[in-house]
Amino acid sequence: MTTATPIRARRRIRRDDVVKFMFVVPAAVYVLLFFGYPIVKNLTMSFQDYTTKTFFTGEAPWVGLDNYVTAITSNLFGPSLLNTALFTAGSLLGQFVIGLALALFFQKKFPLSSVMRALLLLPWLLPLIVASATWRSILDQDSGILNRFLGVFGLDAVPWLTSPDVALIAVIIVNIWVGIPFNVTLLYGGLQDIPEELYEAASLDGATGWKAFWHITLPNLRAVISVTLVLGVVYTLKVLDVILGLTGGGPANATQTIAIRSYQTSFIDFEFGVGAAFSNILILISLVFAIIYLRGTRKAVDE
Amino acid sequence: MHKNRILLTAAAFAAGTVALSGCSGGGGDKGGDGGGDASTLTVLDYYNNEPDKTLVQEALDACAEEVGVTLERETVPGADLIQTVLQRAQSKTMPDVLMLDNPDVQEIAATGGLAPLSEFDVDTSPFTQAIIDAATYEGEVYGLGPAVNTLGLFYNVDLLKEKGIEPPTTWDELKEASAALTEGDRYGLAFSAIANYEGTWQFLPFMWSNGGDETELDSPENAEALQLWVDLIGDGSVSQGAVNWTQGDVKDQFMAGKAAMMVNGPWQIPSLQEADFEWSSVEIPVNHAGEDSVAPLGGEVWTVPETGNDATKAKAAEFVECMSNEKTSMSIAEARFLVPTRTDIIDEYIEKVPDMAAFGEQIKTARARTGKLGADWPDAATVIYNAIQLGITGTPADEAFAKAEQG
Repeated sequence: MTTATPIRARRRIRRDDVVKFMFVVPAAVYVLLFFGYPIVKNLTMSFQDYTTKTFFTGEAPWVGLDNYVTAITSNLFGPSLLNTALFTAGSLLGQFVIGLALALFFQKKFPLSSVMRALLLLPWLLPLIVASATWRSILDQDSGILNRFLGVFGLDAVPWLTSPDVALIAVIIVNIWVGIPFNVTLLYGGLQDIPEELYEAASLDGATGWKAFWHITLPNLRAVISVTLVLGVVYTLKVLDVILGLTGGGPANATQTIAIRSYQTSFIDFEFGVGAAFSNILILISLVFAIIYLRGTRKAVDE
Repeated sequence: MHKNRILLTAAAFAAGTVALSGCSGGGGDKGGDGGGDASTLTVLDYYNNEPDKTLVQEALDACAEEVGVTLERETVPGADLIQTVLQRAQSKTMPDVLMLDNPDVQEIAATGGLAPLSEFDVDTSPFTQAIIDAATYEGEVYGLGPAVNTLGLFYNVDLLKEKGIEPPTTWDELKEASAALTEGDRYGLAFSAIANYEGTWQFLPFMWSNGGDETELDSPENAEALQLWVDLIGDGSVSQGAVNWTQGDVKDQFMAGKAAMMVNGPWQIPSLQEADFEWSSVEIPVNHAGEDSVAPLGGEVWTVPETGNDATKAKAAEFVECMSNEKTSMSIAEARFLVPTRTDIIDEYIEKVPDMAAFGEQIKTARARTGKLGADWPDAATVIYNAIQLGITGTPADEAFAKAEQG
């Protein structure tokens, strides 16, 4: 009996290892196939002269950093980078502030609150291409419902999508609308986790309203807020369909972003190498924000 | 123990399934068109909307019967065609017969993906020069199109009559008529100045008729044509919305009575027939009376991809030839409001379809977009639509092309 136990134990460990290994395999294969391969392919493509011809001949000569030079020195690079920053910052600010306000509002129990919260998710469920087509007609300068509505108050028609000065703002407004449900859902979930007792105790000390929000809600919501913002940055940087559907990067390139440049050089100009360079620059920017987030959370854990 | 064995089996199964499904993706080969069998041809085109899908199917079926083959047809949305072609080129599964939009032919031919029609003794002489130019790369013709389209000026007959205005033939008349027809929330004219190739396409008749050229974009002629568009928008005869309108939007504005005239093509005629007013069309006005109105040639051609199978390629060439013979040409032109590419039957066609008279004339002088620049055309087209957008949004017209050329 005593001699048999270690052998059985050893055999069991080995079998356990195999089992563990087999459980990892599907996930590993999935990650390698659907994340690893595209990223590596995108990276190699950005160092190649990859054009329509490549698809027929299979030849894609190595060009080193040429594609990155082409991308960065193109006249549209500076403006698109600025637009990407403005678009991301503007969208995030609007989505977050309105999202938080709505989340706080829905924390109050009132009749039909859960129904309304469910309805709030609608923009999320609508295919973006449908949403942007609808917004395009809403924002139409002459017959769009928004300008008609503003006209009631005696305001002049705003050239939402047709003036280079306004188009970026219009695109940001639509993207805020798209992002609100995501923010409300995450922030509402976070609010639910804050213990009711904290508010009760605080109210005994006279902290209600703004004070309670500032000293109880915000500190307790910090983790959720940082997740919401970092995911928001990453999702907003890569936004393509909203802009393509509304302006296609126009008028006069006023709504060009790095994501739009990447799409247009790849799938309209068919310069896949340069397009890949643009998208790698975008991935790099996202990565910076992801690292900031990871560092931030690590510090929070250390504290 | 027992539990462990179940888990082990389950895990092994899961891993095995993934491995299997991973393999099956790469294992497919050329399918039906391997070997010497030429009784079936695969066809790829972008007529995926009704009524075009069925109308083209009828022509395809007729030719399949004549050539003695069965067809396997696949349709994809227009915007996806080139990407589909590239993917299929990469996986060596090109169709036997491929439809391409005419400005794309040279780009695909340049990759070596298409077979020149001279290999199969196809007669290319009866066709209008512009469609042959579009389908020619380095001296070889790669495709034939049965019928083509172009742009014209549509006008609301009721409104023009009401104002006592004749359809404009010169730019000055166009400006006057547009201004006179603008009233309330109705504009005199509508066109598409959108930031893509569609905007370029709409601008070309003005640019070319004025003697402008894509080989020298920063020219006074091009600037003058742009100035016309800028003026029309500037004086309120055309909506600023034009910078974001597709040609479909332009048609909607016209149909809704919000534009008295529009620049558009005959493919809109089926929808226009539902309009509750009378409309007609003329050639695009020219700068000075007596000049030729030169519009771009639109429409698709049928090509024979390089599949490496000589038997099916020969059959496919026969099929492509049939798709552009007199009978098919005429029936497709009549059904889809296009102009036949065979110059000898245009007059007979106009007698049958009088709505198309203006377009029949316009086709005789029409030019292919890729006629001069070939595979470099997309670069020029991008500069043109960017220049249009810059001009309309405030850059002086004589600087817009230079600025757009800087990228």
